[in-house]
Amino acid sequence: MFKGILKEQTIQVGIGFVFIVVLLGTFILPEWMSNNFMYGLSRGLAVLGLMILWRTNLVSFGHALYYGFGAYAVAMAQKYLGVTDVFLRVIIAIAAAGLLGFVLGFILRRYREIFFAMLSLAFSMVLYGLLAKAEFLGSTDGMSISPSTMFGFELGRFGLFYFIGFVVILSLIFAHAYLRSSLGHLTTAIMDNEIRVEYLGYSVEKAIHIKYVISACLAGGAGGLMAAALGQVDPDSMVLWSVSGELVFVTIMAGLGNILAPFVGAIFFEFIRTYAYEFAPQAWQMIIGGTLLAIIFFLPGGLWSLFQKINPFKKEKK
Amino acid sequence: MATTEILKTTNLQKSFSGIIAAEDINISVKEGEIIGIIGANGAGKTVFVNMITGYLKPTSGSIEFNGKNITGIKPREATHIGVCRSFQVSQVFMSMTVKQNLMIAMSLSKKSGSALLDPIDDDILSKQCDKILKQYNIMKQKDLVVSTLSQGMRKLLDIAMAVVGNPKILLLDEPTSGVSVEEKFGIMDIVISALKESGTTVLFVEHDMEIVERYVDRVMAFYQGQIICDAPPKQALKDKKVIQYVLG
Repeated sequence: MFKGILKEQTIQVGIGFVFIVVLLGTFILPEWMSNNFMYGLSRGLAVLGLMILWRTNLVSFGHALYYGFGAYAVAMAQKYLGVTDVFLRVIIAIAAAGLLGFVLGFILRRYREIFFAMLSLAFSMVLYGLLAKAEFLGSTDGMSISPSTMFGFELGRFGLFYFIGFVVILSLIFAHAYLRSSLGHLTTAIMDNEIRVEYLGYSVEKAIHIKYVISACLAGGAGGLMAAALGQVDPDSMVLWSVSGELVFVTIMAGLGNILAPFVGAIFFEFIRTYAYEFAPQAWQMIIGGTLLAIIFFLPGGLWSLFQKINPFKKEKK
Repeated sequence: MATTEILKTTNLQKSFSGIIAAEDINISVKEGEIIGIIGANGAGKTVFVNMITGYLKPTSGSIEFNGKNITGIKPREATHIGVCRSFQVSQVFMSMTVKQNLMIAMSLSKKSGSALLDPIDDDILSKQCDKILKQYNIMKQKDLVVSTLSQGMRKLLDIAMAVVGNPKILLLDEPTSGVSVEEKFGIMDIVISALKESGTTVLFVEHDMEIVERYVDRVMAFYQGQIICDAPPKQALKDKKVIQYVLG
């Protein structure tokens, strides 16, 4: 699966991109700007998950379900098991979201288009309702997350940033290995023609289920990292429909052209939101909406299409 | 010609909300035979093909393949046991290139389990793929996106994708429909010679009687969901019922 993957251009560029972002965030930029990079990298994982689904023409309006589930899994592991180790936190977040995705996948794999989108949203709102009512999980106030540790030592902000970069690189490698495989190529094949895929002897529902679980794991991992970075989880900032909307927003803005696009898009989104809120606190959503409109009209392939026009890697789509 | 029975249907019937689309279909196909299925539009030819290949579940009756009951199996299960098909309207991956289409078909038929997670760009598969592209005369178009191809080329690709899994029986639904007159015989020459070479049993639905006469061992004529004639082509095309209800 991973044979020769480090020689692939996409992965080499991806590793370089993450190194630059982490170096900028830890040594050069001020903290407020550095946070945008850190949150962007984390959220980019969830957007990568959405992108993998989107390439099969499946748009989830409720991916905050897994994002929030991963974040709350970290909070619960801390509360009930005392887990603060950053490796364990991410593994727990990914496993919890993956398990939930596996179970719900049996239902969702049978639906397409708007039904898939709205059913995803419905599931996320069920989780939101449960979390908002669950007093043992902090209800609408949520729960605070203590600083992450690694091998018993407190990680600190820089350490967490490096760790997020490491997780992003691993995720890029995994996503690229998946997308270049026979199973990954079914992503586009299913979008083009489900009947033919079935007659080639492979179950479309199974392929979608696998894709859905991968997507859920990525979103869960993103939630776990965001919980560790923010030090707080609550239903409104982790599971509410608007969080799912933001993930869809960033996916459209980033484009589906490359596995790096979600991270570029997510970082861009963090900056746009920060500046919009700074300069127009009463109308920041209008600026974000205007940005999306401009991208749809002038860059229909998303921000990544701009890179494809100006950079030498435009031929590769993985 | 081999004499082993490969496909048998008994009292096969399909109805949609009380409307009968196929009724009392009893056939026996021997290994290596090439059979032409003819009939006017709505005669039940495609319904028959759809039932054999698992696209439609029969209302009653049974289908046996190599002595095993396969009635109501799923399309992918049909493919696994060696019952493959092409379509009236080519079912290919339009946004991909010809070679990508064939590589996906190849890898799904040759790999299983964790091997499906290996990179699709495999040298051995690629060489096998090139061999089929040459055999079906679509090598020159291998890097073209399918949506830019002619109907004839798409039909060839559709059939090539169906044969990569080495089917024991192949059902072709109107392989020359929508194909220009100039392309028709060329396509059938390529397809039939390739299938004869591999010993594949073929059932194909066809409206062009010249093609039926030229390529098949036996003709099955459908009318109102029933088989009204099952005979060698010279005899079938002179049959009174066939002339009245099919050839018109």
